[in-house]
Amino acid sequence: MGSLAISVENLGKKYRLGGLSSGYSTIRETLTDAFLSPLRRLRALGRGQGAIEAADTFWALRNVSFDVNHGEVVGIIGRNGAGKTTLLKVLSRVTTPTEGWAKLFGRVGSLLEVGVGFHQELTGRENVYLSGAIMGMKKREIDRKFDEILAFSGVEDFIDTPVKRYSSGMYTRLAFSVAAHMEPEILIVDEVLAVGDMAFQEKCLGKMSDVAKAGRTVLFVSHNMSAISQLCPTSILLEEGRIKYRGPSPETIGRYINLMQNTKFSQFDRRQDRRGNGVLRVKRLYLEDESGRELDVVPCGGKVRLVLEYAGADPQKTLSEVAVHILVANGATRLFSLLSDVSGGLFQNLPPTGRFVCNLDRLPLMPGNYDLHFLVFAGRQLADKIFFAWPLVVGDGDFFGTGRLSNNRDIHGSLLVPHAWTLDADRRGQEDGGEDYR
Amino acid sequence: MTEVPIPARLPLEPARIPLTITSDRSWTRLRFREVWEYRELLGFLALRDIKVRYKQTVFGIAWALIQPFFTMLVFSLFFGRLAKMPSDGVPYPIFCYAAMVPWSFFAGAVSHAADSLVGSANLISKVYFPRIIMPMAVMLSGLVDFLVAFALVIGMMAYYHMIPTLQIIWLPAFLLLALVTALGVGLWLAALNVQFRDVRYTLPFLVQFWLFVTPVAYPSSLLPEPWRTLYGINPMAGVVEGFRWALLGTAAPGPIIAVSAVFALVFLVTGLFYFQRMESIFADII
Repeated sequence: MGSLAISVENLGKKYRLGGLSSGYSTIRETLTDAFLSPLRRLRALGRGQGAIEAADTFWALRNVSFDVNHGEVVGIIGRNGAGKTTLLKVLSRVTTPTEGWAKLFGRVGSLLEVGVGFHQELTGRENVYLSGAIMGMKKREIDRKFDEILAFSGVEDFIDTPVKRYSSGMYTRLAFSVAAHMEPEILIVDEVLAVGDMAFQEKCLGKMSDVAKAGRTVLFVSHNMSAISQLCPTSILLEEGRIKYRGPSPETIGRYINLMQNTKFSQFDRRQDRRGNGVLRVKRLYLEDESGRELDVVPCGGKVRLVLEYAGADPQKTLSEVAVHILVANGATRLFSLLSDVSGGLFQNLPPTGRFVCNLDRLPLMPGNYDLHFLVFAGRQLADKIFFAWPLVVGDGDFFGTGRLSNNRDIHGSLLVPHAWTLDADRRGQEDGGEDYR
Repeated sequence: MTEVPIPARLPLEPARIPLTITSDRSWTRLRFREVWEYRELLGFLALRDIKVRYKQTVFGIAWALIQPFFTMLVFSLFFGRLAKMPSDGVPYPIFCYAAMVPWSFFAGAVSHAADSLVGSANLISKVYFPRIIMPMAVMLSGLVDFLVAFALVIGMMAYYHMIPTLQIIWLPAFLLLALVTALGVGLWLAALNVQFRDVRYTLPFLVQFWLFVTPVAYPSSLLPEPWRTLYGINPMAGVVEGFRWALLGTAAPGPIIAVSAVFALVFLVTGLFYFQRMESIFADII
């Protein structure tokens, strides 16, 4: 096609850090603030600018420029807080940019959340119309597609029931169906495919790729790298509000993984969410292979060592009764734990600095991204704890030694379990058959 | 993968004027055409308000009638009977109720409009549509309550053997005046409420105060000229006097209507501009 669909030039969006900056304010500050802020706000009212300028600000997006041609499907990836959602919000006109501009050539449909505009008291049918209208569909258009929407959602029998009586699965299915039947020329989608059960998720992905194939322009934000590489030939990597890289998706994803790796030990010291009494602190967390080489991407089923380097707060003091807990999680879902006190015993007489090493014979994780949390206890007290300490990236591997592996984590789950299959003849059946002849 | 029929390639018109997104927040960019394009959403939202408002209540839409009716009874007892308030030559109960009906519309519409954006915070931070649709939808759904309450005016006129005159054709004009005022004030409060939740606490006081400075319980003829004409600065004064004149044939309100119309427009135009000015940051601060 070649003609321009989206043109973004020098886009920037400034937000204020709503009170986050000063975690601990003095009573005096609180009191003066209580007296001064009404005045400040009244002044802000005159400027029509809100209290935005007054407080600390940060740029969620800065100097973002890119073009997208008609028919292109572009993925947007980056870490949490990299500005992905802000970019989508600006492009879908939910919020206005602070500087720069964007031009959109064609009817825009945006899908930042499933079920936007749904009202609990209304029936499924009423909600389809309301939600459709909110997303910019015409009544005629909804009339025309109503049966299709209904069939896609699979809630035909309950369409005239208030949605507050729906199960959450039915609710999301209906909500997504409405959204999926928008027919914009430019579709802007935030991570909304992670809804409903697995079968429905697959259906949604299928719908998305149909949309892409129909020649529409799609901007697609996701943390799901397999979805990105399936749907989007090219991707944009955002980091700290700027475009870090734009290119073919495999390359962009590679850079994204590198980025995650490079910052992995960053700043354990600077983590604000760190807990524990601090008699011992973990300095570094990493994985290495048998020969002691640090791994960026850990092979699925690989023999690896998980290492935590620590240092005691007081070199004169020898710590005892130390236990290390590592939790392996996938976002909010905890998959399994490595508990030193359960699988071994308590560590006694620790050297002032050293490493805790956990040996894994076969890493039982499907390829993909995971999160590691750790906790260290010393003398039954929590010494150190960081959740989401490290993003674990598992690459391809040969867990079963068969050279085969399902690569569909969404459907087959994240954990791999050693097992073996056999085929047995049905002996009982034969015996039964034998009895017939008695 | 499930087969879902997808229409063939869309006709693309590259020559079309693109939608431009900038930081431009000029005061003068009112987008009436866009509101017109979203008129169906306006209808759906109004319909939603109507359907949802009286869900799980025993009396249902009768509430639209019960509230002004009982207020009228109380006023009739205290102002009409005990205080012997003059009522421009018509029975006090209908004198009061004919004013109470447009007043209830105004009070309800303004209160709901003030809450319309904050109450839909999720919608506003997730999807784009002209935000003015929200307070406008509240106006429309308020009209349904108005019609229900208005039915009783007709009943009361029959009870008092009052026959409407030709002046009744002016009634829609006064209703429009009430609508313009309510929308103007509603726009101000809705936009202010996004940033300053103080509005929520000021609102009951404001509505009560406004009722007392509106000639609902008493006639504006209590005031001598020129004060009576200046009374029109409160556009609701013009509205209720207009309603009484059109329905009950009280003395013609005269220049007060003109003053009211001017100030209703002032509310509306300033409200539109302030709303427009703030609209772009609603999603950031709501």
